[in-house]
Amino acid sequence: MSVKTLTIDGKMMTGVEGDTVFTVAFHNQVQIPRLCHLGGVPDVGACRMCLVEVEGRSKLSASCMTTIEEGMVVRTDTEQLREYRKLLMELLLAEGNHVCSVCVSNGNCELQDLATHLGVDHVRVPYRHPRREVDLSHERFGLDQNRCIACTRCVRTCDEVEGAHVWDMAGRGEKLHLVADLGEPWGNSENCTKCGKCVQVCPTGALFTKGSAVGEMEKDRSFLKYIVYGRERHQWVKKP
Amino acid sequence: MTTTPDELGERAEKELDRQKTFRERLHCCTAAGCQSCGGDAVKAGLKQRVKDAGLEAQVEVVGTGCMGLCSKGPLVKRESDDALFLEVKPDDAQALVEASPSLSLESRRVDMKTHPFFAGQLRIVLANAGKVDPERVESYLAAGGYSALAQALTTMKPGDVVAEVTKAGLRGRGGAGYPTGVKWQLVAKQVNETKYVVCNADEGDPGAFMDRSVLEGDPHRVLEGMAIAGYAVGANHGYVYVRGEYALAISRLQTAIKQAEKEGILGARVLDTNFRFQVEIRIGAGAFVCGEETALLNSIEGKRGEPRPRPPYPPEQGLWQKPTLINNVETFANIAPIISRGSAWFSNIGTEKSKGTKVFAVAGKTKHSGLVEVAMGTPVRQIVTQMAGGIAGGGKVKAIQTGGPSGGCVPEHLLDVPVDYESLVAVGSMMGSGGMIVMDETTSMVEIARYFMEFCMDESCGKCVPCRTGTVQMHTLLQKFCDNEATEADLDLLKKLADLLRATSLCGLGQSAPNPVMTALRYFPHEFAACMKPAAKGVHS
Amino acid sequence: MGTTAPTVKDNRVKLLERAMSRQGYASHALIEVLHTAQELFGYLSVDLLKDVAKKLKLPPSRVLGVATFYNFFSLKPKAEHTALVCTGTACYVAGAKDLLEASEHRCKRALAKGETPKLTVQQARCIGSCGLAPAVVLDGGILPRVTKAELEKKLDDLGV
Ligand SMILES: Cc1cc2nc3c(=O)[nH]c(=O)nc-3n(C[C@H](O)[C@H](O)[C@H](O)COP(=O)(O)O)c2cc1C
Ligand code: SF4
Ligand code: SF4
Ligand code: FES
Ligand code: FES
Repeated sequence: MSVKTLTIDGKMMTGVEGDTVFTVAFHNQVQIPRLCHLGGVPDVGACRMCLVEVEGRSKLSASCMTTIEEGMVVRTDTEQLREYRKLLMELLLAEGNHVCSVCVSNGNCELQDLATHLGVDHVRVPYRHPRREVDLSHERFGLDQNRCIACTRCVRTCDEVEGAHVWDMAGRGEKLHLVADLGEPWGNSENCTKCGKCVQVCPTGALFTKGSAVGEMEKDRSFLKYIVYGRERHQWVKKP
Repeated sequence: MTTTPDELGERAEKELDRQKTFRERLHCCTAAGCQSCGGDAVKAGLKQRVKDAGLEAQVEVVGTGCMGLCSKGPLVKRESDDALFLEVKPDDAQALVEASPSLSLESRRVDMKTHPFFAGQLRIVLANAGKVDPERVESYLAAGGYSALAQALTTMKPGDVVAEVTKAGLRGRGGAGYPTGVKWQLVAKQVNETKYVVCNADEGDPGAFMDRSVLEGDPHRVLEGMAIAGYAVGANHGYVYVRGEYALAISRLQTAIKQAEKEGILGARVLDTNFRFQVEIRIGAGAFVCGEETALLNSIEGKRGEPRPRPPYPPEQGLWQKPTLINNVETFANIAPIISRGSAWFSNIGTEKSKGTKVFAVAGKTKHSGLVEVAMGTPVRQIVTQMAGGIAGGGKVKAIQTGGPSGGCVPEHLLDVPVDYESLVAVGSMMGSGGMIVMDETTSMVEIARYFMEFCMDESCGKCVPCRTGTVQMHTLLQKFCDNEATEADLDLLKKLADLLRATSLCGLGQSAPNPVMTALRYFPHEFAACMKPAAKGVHS
Repeated sequence: MGTTAPTVKDNRVKLLERAMSRQGYASHALIEVLHTAQELFGYLSVDLLKDVAKKLKLPPSRVLGVATFYNFFSLKPKAEHTALVCTGTACYVAGAKDLLEASEHRCKRALAKGETPKLTVQQARCIGSCGLAPAVVLDGGILPRVTKAELEKKLDDLGV
């Protein structure tokens, strides 16, 4: 594995071949905004929040899927990028029904945090107010499609880490939505092991533990990295 | 059965001799266009008449591919004097078969050499249309078919083939115009036991039917191009991904593959050499985005047709992560002539940067519609006014649209733009795969912009945020214009969203979805202004 | 369209089984298999999808995800007659919108009367007959350069 040196936001950084720009930036305390990326499962490049400018490339690159190259010069926080991210966030907020004041994840939501971080104080596009379902059939967890941003973190985690592949995306375009098994209620799923990993990785309040009150649901998203790294490095005790 | 390269020539001779025994050969178009207006009945009627008159040994009735003038079908071509008959009915059988005079038939006869629709055309890709029976491999052999493959296998090294295609200057006909030889080189240099050749026959552009006609009319030509490509890049397996809507093209292609396998032209030993090449068909299931190359690969793998981020590009990691060459139908159809006639011949045709010809499907408000093949560099105006005969009923052309939902419009005053990749991009449109829709003064450009946005919205795979949500919002805004409800703020937002989609979408669908709107805004700002609420008029584009 | 329960040992079940075995039950043959299933049964029922998922060793949600991605696949049974209205550019410019409205009106009218519509209206984005625009495919037969009045008449004749 060869070491590569690159410049991110004017700072020299190093990583090994195969690392992504996102990861190298992350390890060097440059936090690029992201929604679909989740350490430990394969990336898909869907949310487009992590787009960065790479010198010499005419198009923006999703940093979560861009592997580093020697001498690369990357900018992660230009005026233009901030504007794009803001509008993307507004589009997401207008697409579903994100009513934070009644959400279990209020105060502990990646979508909400990122919106604040991006300085989104109002939404310029009209709200779509879609009619979406809430599935409370599972004995322990719930799914509120109104808060789903189709990041597919749950799909990938359930498939890659738990190996159950309960979830997948159905439909396309505006009608894209999450389904369990053959579209039956989650509680009827034969494949669900009730492990709750999908709930932990969901960036919003779409997947939640039943019985949580507004703002009560706290998720531990780092647990996944710990599972995956643990497996790789045979280190099963979580560091304090 | 095996066929050696030498035997190919003998087979061709034999078929030509057979054809010469007939006094007359009548070519009936059996492509989907003519079929849908009764072409099959005409062919059956002619055959019946031949039988009834006992002329089986003198007159042959042959089914052929699309001859181009689809709006005047069913078409029948008389081989002895190259006369083309329009709107043929089964009643015309006697006159055609027995060469008996018929005033009515004569009035529907055109001379292909002088008729304006055909006169300015240069046919390379469509050379066999109207000559070759797509359902008989012998017919293709008689027209010199598979001799380019034989030539490549026996006299050229794979590298020579790649070099020849590169020198010819052929560029991809699927839309983007990427140099074909360069792409082949990328795949050829990959070290891997397994590589694939994929033919993109998804033809999603609504208003385009070039690839369909090529597959229906000359399927062997595409297979030959794929086999040559396989030899050049070191692939032994090919896939043709065809749109599900193209039932006839699929069945013709299936027949062609079976025949070629039977003849030993495809299979374990291609033309009795050590080169192995097999072709399989994959049928699409109704998703425009599957024309995008990485989505197409996912679809072949049996998955949702969602695009994959590039890089890695398919030449490095394509189908099942193996190096994969993807080219369009028309691109492959150009290969055999390039090998047979040489790169110098090909690169002499067209302009400096765009070589060869391009097939366009002209439709819309024109007098004639159908397929035309012209040398690159031909002015759009010549296609629209001369070949297609201008607007039916004598109206005025307002604009044309090329490149479908990813392209843009070209207004009347710019119609002298030559068809080549760079010139069309310079005026804000693009070559696209070859759809050309002609609009007249009655067409609202705002409504057309809305139409294409609706298309992109319906066809967005939904994977990435800007395209999934942005097309919906842009469509809502355009609908507001159509309803005369729009404001200055809406226009501003429309432009912001257009920029966002272009810059941040994952694949070409989302990136180019704003194109039709942006060109309409550029050339017809007054139409948008006229659609605004009275208080908010005044568009600055 | 009859029953679709794959447990019924009718010929269609055998044909579907044969199609899957011809593909070696390969999971990448999913789209091919769904094409065959829909051809045989007219639509893809949950039971059919379950069967396919089991045989091709695929997670059920993946099968549903694929089946709902492509326009060709229908998860609901079709009516007795189908009208496929082309809304590709050429047909749209030539007035496909009216044809679509005329066809859809038939369904709405039936629904308003509390009947099940005898017509399924589908849209295609170009059926490749642009030279003959506007085009409608009615029960498999193509109607080239069809006017609204002509279409209405054909639909009347079918009694839909
Ligand atoms: C949304 C989208 C749709 C496309 N549809 C087609 C298509 O229908 N046919 C095609 O040949 N290429 C299509 N392309 C282009 C292909 O991705 C690819 O560039 C092409 O098949 C390469 O072949 P070529 O180099 O021979 O042109 C499409 C691209 C995009 C982004
Ligand atoms: S449920 Fe949550 S994790 Fe799953 S796709 Fe929706 S937002 Fe993402
Ligand atoms: S741009 Fe549109 S079609 Fe392409 S990946 Fe994104 S959502 Fe899918
Ligand atoms: S985090 Fe990279 S695209 Fe979502
Ligand atoms: S647009 Fe209708 S057939 Fe092409």
